[in-house]
Amino acid sequence: MSAVFSEAEIAEIRGRFPILSRQVHGKPLVYLDNAASSQVPSSVIDAMSDFERNHRANVHRGVHKLSQEATEVHEGVRDRVASLLGAACREEIVFARGATEAINLVACTWGATNLRPDSVVLVGELEHHANLVPWQILSSRIGFRIEKIPALDDASLDQAAYRALLERHHPALVAVQHVSNAFGTVHPVADMASAAHAHGALILVDGAQSVPHRSVDVRALDCDFLAFSAHKMHGPTGLGVLWARKELLDAMPPWQGGGDMIDKVSFSGTTFHEPPWRFEAGTPHYVAAAGLHAALDFLEEIGIGRVHAREQELLAHAHEVLGAIPGLRILGTAPDKEGVVSFVLDGIHHYDAGMFLDQMGIAVRTGHHCAQPAMERFGVTGTIRASFSVFTTEEEIDRLAAGVVRLQRVLA
Amino acid sequence: MTAIDTISQREAEVVEEFALFDEWLDKYEHIIELGKSLSGVDPEFRTDHWKVKGCQSQVWLQPGTEGDLVVFKADSDAAITKGLVALMVRVLSGQPAEAIARAPLGFLESIGLREHLSPTRANGLASMVKQMKLYAAAMSGRGNEGGQDG
Ligand SMILES: Cc1ncc(COP(=O)(O)O)c(C=O)c1O
Repeated sequence: MSAVFSEAEIAEIRGRFPILSRQVHGKPLVYLDNAASSQVPSSVIDAMSDFERNHRANVHRGVHKLSQEATEVHEGVRDRVASLLGAACREEIVFARGATEAINLVACTWGATNLRPDSVVLVGELEHHANLVPWQILSSRIGFRIEKIPALDDASLDQAAYRALLERHHPALVAVQHVSNAFGTVHPVADMASAAHAHGALILVDGAQSVPHRSVDVRALDCDFLAFSAHKMHGPTGLGVLWARKELLDAMPPWQGGGDMIDKVSFSGTTFHEPPWRFEAGTPHYVAAAGLHAALDFLEEIGIGRVHAREQELLAHAHEVLGAIPGLRILGTAPDKEGVVSFVLDGIHHYDAGMFLDQMGIAVRTGHHCAQPAMERFGVTGTIRASFSVFTTEEEIDRLAAGVVRLQRVLA
Repeated sequence: MTAIDTISQREAEVVEEFALFDEWLDKYEHIIELGKSLSGVDPEFRTDHWKVKGCQSQVWLQPGTEGDLVVFKADSDAAITKGLVALMVRVLSGQPAEAIARAPLGFLESIGLREHLSPTRANGLASMVKQMKLYAAAMSGRGNEGGQDG
């Protein structure tokens, strides 16, 4: 069935995820909410548990053995993320709580020092609130304008309108997602980055939905900032990454103050550590770093290329079986998509549909997906969203489709 | 209204009614049916101001009084939520304000809908109940003026 994996391989991959053997409401779990949080393999759980049992100690500054081991784990994952993204150096990797905090960090440091009342920031119409609200908060303080890059009916971004906005406003920054969490659209961010640069703008790419599913190289994209979260890539919660070009980080003032981010502190004045540590005040989530190591091992072993290829198969299957259901309308029909299918049902509220699917053991997300302007663009209050992982099967998607048909009979 | 038309009496009726269903599907079909009988709110109450916050679906709640009793009308754009709302209106509307404000509403547990009262549930039933109790508390606080809330 799959050209990427044999059935035995798929079974083996599924076997690594303990949660997949769960029953929900007496039925085997069908987990189709991977865009919100993916699941973790045992190796990630074990790595964090082993770290807690055998290596736990605060990182940096410690001369004792445990602290050195913990620091190696924590700083070691920085090296691995740097090579995953093709960063110029490890110092370009800043750890944060997640994509949200990473974007807020850029707003509060780079944004607060570089944006002026007459600046313009372009923001995509489909952005997750994490890549819109931080700019709105900052704008209410500084007074710069936010202009929307409009979406087309297939949930791609209007590239002609984007060029026109660059021409007209000469924005300081373009803040755009790589992949839409609400609809799955992959935006041409490399093209958008070169157009932004040609007009003197920097570009921040929200990679929360791309880094877990395809190979992302920041040099190839030629973007300036990129943010993502570990919990969407089979890793732990509470850990995310901001990648930024070294020159930008070097020029950015600190954000939060505290331990670890300083050079020398006295009441007569304090000097700050070099990036990335300048932006990492306080004790970091070093246990999660141990988990991220294991998540990266998992992705490397499977191969991100094969993850992507497999999820494309699942996406095609989902479009086929869901698209054939009368009264079901898929939102997000651009040719380049990741494994996300968002749909609405004639005469049926997404909440009712989600409730029924839950009773059948099927976990989908319903509602606005933290992208209310995107919902508004399509004239809906929310959608039903199924999002896939490398462990998803065609049978699970068929169960979703059968569940939809069944609930239509009751609810329509 | 007879002397035994109390909130707990109405709860007991609902529990008895739901005891007929073993299957979740039957139960939800019944809830949806209950929603269909809900009369909805007056047009001037179908606004953001009268919307209950915290629902993934939209819920409108219209409070009023009839003599010494508090009455509610309500509506929702989602079928299950509308059914749950209808259930709450059926149990609470037309009861004295103080009784509404103090009602423990144990019946939701007995009919297996306790989970819907959790504040994290997206249906906002918890917000809805809270709002009904707030209106009732406000009205009982005003004593016997018997004015229309507006
Ligand atoms: C596109 C996108 N950006 C940002 C975020 C925020 O990620 P987090 O909540 O992990 O900070 C998400 C998570 O849903 C997302 O899908």
